[in-house]
Amino acid sequence: MLRWAGDPEGGAPFVEADPAHPEQIVGLDVEIAGVIARGLGRTPEFLNVTFTSIDQSIARGDADIGLSGIEDTPARRTTLAVTVPYYEFREVLSVRDADAARYRTLADLRGRRVATLGGTIAFEILLRAERDFGLTAISYDDDVHPFSDLTIGRVDAVLLDDVLANRRRGTIAGFTIQPETVATAHYVGVLAATSVPLRDTINEVLRGAMRDGTLERILRKWRVWNDDQPRLYARVLAGQPIPPYVVSGGLDTGTSVATMTRWEAARRYLPSLLRASVVTIVLSCLSMALAVMIGVAIATGRVYGPRALRTALLGYVELMRGTPILLQLFVLYYGLAAAIRLPAFAAALLGLALNYAAYESEIYRAALEAIPVGQLEAARTLGLNERQVLTLVRAPQAFRLALAPMTNDFVALLKDSSLVSVLTVLELTKETQIFATNLGSWVIPGSLCAALYLAMSLPLAALARRLELRWRAPAE
Amino acid sequence: MARTGGMNDSILNVERVELRRGARSVLAGVTFAARRGELVAVMGPSGSGKTTILRAIAGLETFHAGRITIGAVTLEGGVALTGDAARQLRREVGMVFQFHCLFEHLTALQNICLAPVHAHGVSPHAARDHARDLLRTFGVDHREHALPRQLSGGEAQRVAIARALAVNPPLLLMDEPTASLDPARRVELGALLQGLLRQGRTLVVATHDEDFASEFATRILRVNNGVVDLP
Repeated sequence: MLRWAGDPEGGAPFVEADPAHPEQIVGLDVEIAGVIARGLGRTPEFLNVTFTSIDQSIARGDADIGLSGIEDTPARRTTLAVTVPYYEFREVLSVRDADAARYRTLADLRGRRVATLGGTIAFEILLRAERDFGLTAISYDDDVHPFSDLTIGRVDAVLLDDVLANRRRGTIAGFTIQPETVATAHYVGVLAATSVPLRDTINEVLRGAMRDGTLERILRKWRVWNDDQPRLYARVLAGQPIPPYVVSGGLDTGTSVATMTRWEAARRYLPSLLRASVVTIVLSCLSMALAVMIGVAIATGRVYGPRALRTALLGYVELMRGTPILLQLFVLYYGLAAAIRLPAFAAALLGLALNYAAYESEIYRAALEAIPVGQLEAARTLGLNERQVLTLVRAPQAFRLALAPMTNDFVALLKDSSLVSVLTVLELTKETQIFATNLGSWVIPGSLCAALYLAMSLPLAALARRLELRWRAPAE
Repeated sequence: MARTGGMNDSILNVERVELRRGARSVLAGVTFAARRGELVAVMGPSGSGKTTILRAIAGLETFHAGRITIGAVTLEGGVALTGDAARQLRREVGMVFQFHCLFEHLTALQNICLAPVHAHGVSPHAARDHARDLLRTFGVDHREHALPRQLSGGEAQRVAIARALAVNPPLLLMDEPTASLDPARRVELGALLQGLLRQGRTLVVATHDEDFASEFATRILRVNNGVVDLP
């Protein structure tokens, strides 16, 4: 049996669910996996792994080989056993039809937002172009939304594989693929670093498939065959060294972090991790503040409001608590894009706040209802009106009860803020993931990331404890 | 005890007040009056309706029939208390709860100042001075910065009385004031209440403490099954 890993989500033409039989997968990588398995005398077995986790999954031995339009990169060559390339693609720029004349190259995009898939060669190129050309790189978790956001104006260009760009043009109208090649790169299979003998056998199988036209047949079937491939195959079969990728024109390709020492790489990445931490803390504080305000309003409505309002608010709370926050973020950012086009940061802030408001409101409602009725009656007999009873007697006491669960929620929010990377907000976890992908290891990035999260959450917890202690003066 | 006046100098008139909870009748036509400077002890076994009478007078319970007049304010049976009537009523009546119900998040001094400042427009400075006077009068001025949970039962009660008096109501209702007091404290409380009577205040006290009532009350009402047994 040959276990192979791939991601069918937005994975066309590499791996995708068969539109006719969604429980089956089809794609050029599915067929290549079949060719490899046959060559090894094994049967292929597919393992569904999120695209960004395929490297780690292979390294820890979940599957024998990863095949999912995986790019050949210096990092992968350092940390994994990489097969010979079986396809050469070009990184190309896609722009809105109206901008086709003015945005031809990356250099034309100064001050503009350029999207791509995070953790890819294209993203590395964009990061360098940020420095060299002053554009802004926007990282997506999939290869569909960059194009849809391009057509609605959230980004001004997309840098991605020509295979993907051509594929998207079939479903999304309104963008032009520029003819100029930004870089050439290759798709490879990846195996664990310890699987060099298996890799070498697979290389022989792939070379055989290049010689006898099997690969050409498959690639033609998926309509991605072009003149670049015979040239690539000739070089592979001649045993020429093939560099992972070549950037054309103007860009300093620099040194990849994969070739640096781990500590040098960490030193290089620390500033961007710190910047991402600022995004995380600002986003968390603002969304928590908003969640508290909305939560207070909901809780007040649920305790004091008329029946219809109470029912509506309960419905809101159940909806927000009962559905995944990831889904809510997607709906808010992509789903509503036709009606309101929120900027990514605003959508992230609002999404987190609206979700957490539901949880906060339950804490406040329970806290308000926990205040003994005697406290309220005492306040009434003293002549305070209902509003004063709430603001001067009930709410201040409820707040003291709510503080501990609120602190809990804030720390949870700090970590849940990592979910907003799906809306292209580059926060701490996403930045760490990019760092780890480029470095080919999670040890140092993971430790730095954990340290930064703790540096944010521990002072907060300490502050909450001090407040609680102050309010909980000892009984005499 | 000799009557010192007719109904006209009554500060409190309770007339045929009826109150039901579901099918159960809690007050079945309670009628009594209290005059200025009187300490009326409302006595009866547990569940007889003593506390409910106080709560109805304080506007905390809506009663179904009858009428309660406190000074210039009249509460009619079956009529919910409106904001305006509530405001007037609270100027006439103060209440000290059995378990004091001091605001847990505020110090003794802040408990007393809250209503004068926020409900009666007294300046914070004046409210504080007045609150300190009250605390001194009741011998708990050294506890002004203590939180309610740091006070003993007797101290909490004095602060609660001071809090009720801070808005200067002519009528003060007290629910089981001796329940949490030892005998010595009970005598002190009696003296304190007599001081209030001398100032011309009227007190209606729900209690089942016979000794306390016979020693300090100017009049005793006995409630049984929601009816006042006329003496």
